[in-house]
Amino acid sequence: MMMTAIQQPNRPQRLHPHKFTLWVAIGSIVMMFAGLTSAYIVKKNQSNWLEFQLPVIFRYSTAVILVSSLTMHLALKAFKAREMGRYRMLISTTALLGLLFITLQYLGFRNLEAQHIALVGEKSNSSASFLFVITGLHMVHVLGGVIALLVIFARAFRTRIKQYNSMPLEIAGTYWHFVDALWIYLFVFYNWIG
Amino acid sequence: MSNEAVVHAHPGLAHEVHGDHHEHHHHETFITKYVFSQDHKMIAKQFLITGMVWAVLGGLMSVLFRLQLGYPDATFPWLEDILGKWAKGGRISDSAYYALVTTHGTVLVFFVLTAGLSGTFANFLIPLQVGARDMASPFMNMLSYWFFFIASVVMLSSLFVETGPFSGGWTAYPPLSALGSASPGSKTGMDLWLIAMALFVVSSLLGGLNYIATILNMRTKGMSMTRLPLTIWALFFTAVLGVLSFPVLLSGFILLIFDRNFGTSFYLSDIFVSGVGALPNEGGSAILYQHLFWFLGHPEVYIILLPAMGMVSEILSINSRKPIFGYMAMVGSLFAIAILAFLVWAHHMFVTGLNPFLGSVFVLLTLLIAVPSAIKVFNWLTTLWRGNIRFTPGMMFAIGFVSLFISGGLTGIWLGNSALDIHLHDTYFVIAHFHIVMGVASMFGMFAGVYHWYPKMYGRYLNNTLGYIHFWVTIAGAYMIFWPMHYQGLAGMPRRYYDYSNWESFKQFVELNRFISTVAMIVFAVQILFLFNFFYSIFKGRKVTSQNPWGATTLEWTAPIRPGHGNWTGEIPEVHRWAYDYGKDGKDFIPQTTPVGSDESEHH
Repeated sequence: MMMTAIQQPNRPQRLHPHKFTLWVAIGSIVMMFAGLTSAYIVKKNQSNWLEFQLPVIFRYSTAVILVSSLTMHLALKAFKAREMGRYRMLISTTALLGLLFITLQYLGFRNLEAQHIALVGEKSNSSASFLFVITGLHMVHVLGGVIALLVIFARAFRTRIKQYNSMPLEIAGTYWHFVDALWIYLFVFYNWIG
Repeated sequence: MSNEAVVHAHPGLAHEVHGDHHEHHHHETFITKYVFSQDHKMIAKQFLITGMVWAVLGGLMSVLFRLQLGYPDATFPWLEDILGKWAKGGRISDSAYYALVTTHGTVLVFFVLTAGLSGTFANFLIPLQVGARDMASPFMNMLSYWFFFIASVVMLSSLFVETGPFSGGWTAYPPLSALGSASPGSKTGMDLWLIAMALFVVSSLLGGLNYIATILNMRTKGMSMTRLPLTIWALFFTAVLGVLSFPVLLSGFILLIFDRNFGTSFYLSDIFVSGVGALPNEGGSAILYQHLFWFLGHPEVYIILLPAMGMVSEILSINSRKPIFGYMAMVGSLFAIAILAFLVWAHHMFVTGLNPFLGSVFVLLTLLIAVPSAIKVFNWLTTLWRGNIRFTPGMMFAIGFVSLFISGGLTGIWLGNSALDIHLHDTYFVIAHFHIVMGVASMFGMFAGVYHWYPKMYGRYLNNTLGYIHFWVTIAGAYMIFWPMHYQGLAGMPRRYYDYSNWESFKQFVELNRFISTVAMIVFAVQILFLFNFFYSIFKGRKVTSQNPWGATTLEWTAPIRPGHGNWTGEIPEVHRWAYDYGKDGKDFIPQTTPVGSDESEHH
């Protein structure tokens, strides 16, 4: 962004195109989940809908993803303050918390199956299948964020080239907060709306 | 990030970018220039030519099934030679007929009129007309094409599998699409169809994100949104529609994949399949898929149509030597169409048992689209009115577009009524309506764009005589093919039937069907003539000698005749006025780059 400022001193600062693209992509992902949760509501109001309790583990995973958003935020702050040791520690923690979140979601599915609520297959009810598909898609999106963090992580430990541009980290951070918010929405939706 | 930084992607180098440094910067190999190119102009040509390949295949499919409809009793031994078991004894089999109809629809709607049309012109025109060196992310742009290419390969491969391509209609409604046992085409063919379409959605999203980011962020100095040519506005709304509606289609497909492969019951219920028995699934709703599909499916119609509208607006104005009539009304009506596109999907579902009250709401919203559509038509006609018209082939196709859009749009008012739809749904009336208003009209927009911007793409002109033959045969043929179908539809003739001569009510149409089929073949042959013109002219066409052959105001005509990667040598031009200063103050045209003089009358 500094470069732009030097080149075109009298132009107002615009959002970085990559960051802007991310926001449009977020809009796109929102539409996908809006479509799925609308389908959930339509299906729920038809016959043959199995009611069941959400696994308790999902509450822990919610806490985990909330904490990971906090560490992500602190990592960006540390990067901007050039506290590289702290930054590396925080970004590693964030990625690990992301993986922990995915694991907890998986355990939640196992928990449902242990209660004989089939997620897929012949005996499955679409209420459990919806939970599985929507939550699973969200897990894929979290995994995407973890992969993005791993790339940045690898860069953070490079010694030969110094990284001063905070844009990749800002983009990953925005995405990370978005998947966090998306899970909060889904959690609220499963419990109180859908 | 600046334009220079995008093209060069080495932040450290950006400060030294000025002057003519572009010409000797790149050392491009054949692979980076023609195959894995990140230049938006080359990617546009890749989309165009891949789209052409699909147009030929999709068109050929329609010729084959029209052969069956026109000559239901005849046998053509050469058909068995090319189609093998799908045309035993020289007659296309019923399952091959359904596969042809389905693949024709899928290919034309998605691969030709979405990727081939907006993929080509969004890529080509956005950076050139907004004044950018390239897209916001040239790499994502390249990925967008290659996802489309892989989708094409997968779709093409589905034609060659043992059980044939998918044959349950281009909308892929369950249960035909969800049950492998439903028909031969529902087996491997459907798996490949789904994979191809999922890849296609990814390609569209990558492209759309880029188009939006480029239009909003990369405009050159002075290029405010209200100075943009209407092509760019149209491509912008197209991209917004795609980015917001394709993900919903993808979610519908994901649920379909689970029903097909993992035994879930989203769409499937305990229906009975002959030879298989009752399904173990419980309580699924096939209508749910229709909602998800048409939530994309209707915006998709405008994804196809809006780029054609934008290009036609531009070409009509240039070749009438007059400013476009009602620029802001044109932008406003594009916006209104984009909003309404999301609120009318259920008009595809009037006869699915939809609540009639809900239906009446959708009737109202659907008929509202007539308002912005009429605004656009009146503005095109008033742009032509008393213009100094130059009938170039591009202009002919643009005028043809307006004609087709009026003819097809009027029948939309019929079909938008849920009461009339009880009689007209799933008849040839629907086929006639959407082929004229969306299919042929958008093809005309695409042809207009190709004839008009060919000099910019290849530095040569297309042959005019062949262009005029192409135009007159195609427009006469389009009306001769689809006009009679209105009468067939009003008489109740259903779509998708294999052989109408078995029905007493439809026997009267045997000769009419033969007539339609004959014209379809002639029109197809003329498209081959166009392809010849296209590829011949790349190498042997008349050379473009001036930078601005059409006397147009927009920025692409200020770039060199054959622009390199980066588009302009030297600085990107600065913009001082809107794109439609034609016939102003006694001047034929004033380019956007000309500063406003002190003696000028009011300006935009």
